[in-house]
Amino acid sequence: MSKIESLYNAVLKGKRKIVKKEVQLAVEDNVEVNSILMDSMIPAMREIGARFSNGDAFVPEMLVSARAMQAGLDILKPLLDKAGHEPLGRIAIGTVKGDLHDIGKNLVMMMVKGAGYEIIDLGVDIDVETYEKCVVENDIQVLMLSALLTTTIPYMKNVVDHFKAKNIDCKIMIGGAPVTQRFCDDIGADAYCEDANIAVEVLEKVIAS
Amino acid sequence: MKFNKLAINNPADLIFGRCPTPVTTARGLVIGGGLVYPELNFTVPVGTVLDRAHLPDVKEMYKNIAEGALKRALELESPGVVLEFETLLEMTMDPYIGIELVKVMNEVCEKYYSKYDLKSEIRLTPNDTRDFDRPPLMRTSRHLDQMWELFDKGSQAGGDLLSIESTGGKEVCDEALMECDIQRVIFSQAVLGVRDMNFVWSNIAYIARKNGKIMGGDTACGFGNTAMVLSEKKYIPKSFAAIVHLATIVRSLVAIEQGAIGPDKDCGYEGIFLKAIAGIPISMEGKTAACAHLSPVGNIAAAACDLWSNESVQDIKLLAGMAPTCYLEQLEYDCRLMNTATKKGPETATVLRDLFTNSDVYTDPQALILSPESAIEISKAVVSGENYLDATVKGCLKGLDIIEGAIENGKLKCPDREEIWLKSMREDIEEIPSDEGEFIDDMLEELDDRSKFVPSEYGL
Repeated sequence: MSKIESLYNAVLKGKRKIVKKEVQLAVEDNVEVNSILMDSMIPAMREIGARFSNGDAFVPEMLVSARAMQAGLDILKPLLDKAGHEPLGRIAIGTVKGDLHDIGKNLVMMMVKGAGYEIIDLGVDIDVETYEKCVVENDIQVLMLSALLTTTIPYMKNVVDHFKAKNIDCKIMIGGAPVTQRFCDDIGADAYCEDANIAVEVLEKVIAS
Repeated sequence: MKFNKLAINNPADLIFGRCPTPVTTARGLVIGGGLVYPELNFTVPVGTVLDRAHLPDVKEMYKNIAEGALKRALELESPGVVLEFETLLEMTMDPYIGIELVKVMNEVCEKYYSKYDLKSEIRLTPNDTRDFDRPPLMRTSRHLDQMWELFDKGSQAGGDLLSIESTGGKEVCDEALMECDIQRVIFSQAVLGVRDMNFVWSNIAYIARKNGKIMGGDTACGFGNTAMVLSEKKYIPKSFAAIVHLATIVRSLVAIEQGAIGPDKDCGYEGIFLKAIAGIPISMEGKTAACAHLSPVGNIAAAACDLWSNESVQDIKLLAGMAPTCYLEQLEYDCRLMNTATKKGPETATVLRDLFTNSDVYTDPQALILSPESAIEISKAVVSGENYLDATVKGCLKGLDIIEGAIENGKLKCPDREEIWLKSMREDIEEIPSDEGEFIDDMLEELDDRSKFVPSEYGL
């Protein structure tokens, strides 16, 4: 089994220690850092993400894979920076002002990160100014807004309106139990994500659009 | 732990509409005294602004909800109704809003009582606003004063039954659910939850006694219901969600130790165990709560209910009318069926209860643990515990025995990917030290991020 394959399997099975060891060995053997990430770790996370989307894996199984990948990334990060590696995209996510629910948000974050995107977690109860600051300072391509309450989803419109009024170049993707495609269309957001397990799929369409 | 024996020992006696200690409300509902009543819950539609400037509109909305529901209840010759007013954040943060809404609904209840003799009552359930801060400050929160004020003045304004879905331990449990870490779930419930319940319910007890109101109970909605919804979405194993339900029993019992007499609240599903252990009436929700969330316990949840709830529905227009009115009708027909069976005699009532049970019991581990037989077995295990932690561990292990037994004898199907979780859950639960202090030390060492969880807020 090649190093790329064994690293792929270790990420898939969530074997953190083995991932660290395999990444270290690959680096020492001068395997290109971009290849370590893109040819083994991210495909492994995409596979576990696909299994989750198909109902063949649970969130905790995805979590251990994500943590194993992070352990490898901690080793790779300085080398990737040095090599000028660019993430697939820069994303930010946060639950809107007045809302504290974050289980769904955290799930989406995990899926997106595992697919190779760089994602900033703003947390919960986020106001429009904080969203704007994050997007502008970090050159964010897609901002994800989450909410669970019928009383807080209207705040998503405030964010969309604010970004449009200020001409901020960033797509806005929304989700949460009371959110619908119709609501998304009504407030002029760029995309609606019905469930965490299709978050990456929707994100890729948004970025491509 | 106060409870060391069961109020109901025989599964045959664990049935809808009847409990050892019925509760009589101010306007004469006798809950658990032979009849099942509908408990209607509702919320505002998307886009509603909740502040003082918009209060007249919101009052009108709540008045119309109560009016629509009670008018339909009267037309259907309902013996009585409970309206649950579960507040939204803004209604608790500014208690004036919550209090005004109780007043307007209570006026409608009073009108229907004095004019038509229709008995109705308001269950006042302020939301637990401590959860608004991260980390939540359970005992020193800046939001506590408003929460107590709403309990106090809201009950004076007409909230006869006091309840809450308190959130002690949620900051630990949320992550534990996603990681399927049963040890942390048990820590969040049997250690943190129990301590917080004592704090919350001693305060509610003071207010309830001062105002002559009924302490209904607390439900572990943010724990058990959350686990169930996650398992319905296939995020976590169903068997894990079932054991989470059992881990919540003891924390909810604490409200009863502090003086709650029921009806316990609807959405955590630990109610049936509380009924078996303490003999109090309970509210449950199942198929008629599909407006709020899907569940695998649509029929079986009704087996031992005393109030039958819809969890929550938005005040939107449906073809037949406003949604709360429509749901009142659905609940009322469900209750009418149960009450008719009761009137026919114990044998008929048992037949209906068994139909509720048997139609769901082996379709999901969460349904299996709610059968009257399982509930009595698990409750016995709980009350045999030497302390809160031991009781929780014993209840969870008994639940695992029941689930594994049903899989072994081929009655309950369990996908391979679920079976490995059953095994690891048992190992993890059996590893929990019997000494609570040792368990707390272990957990505090593991949960060392004080930006998420502050042990001193639980007296640790």
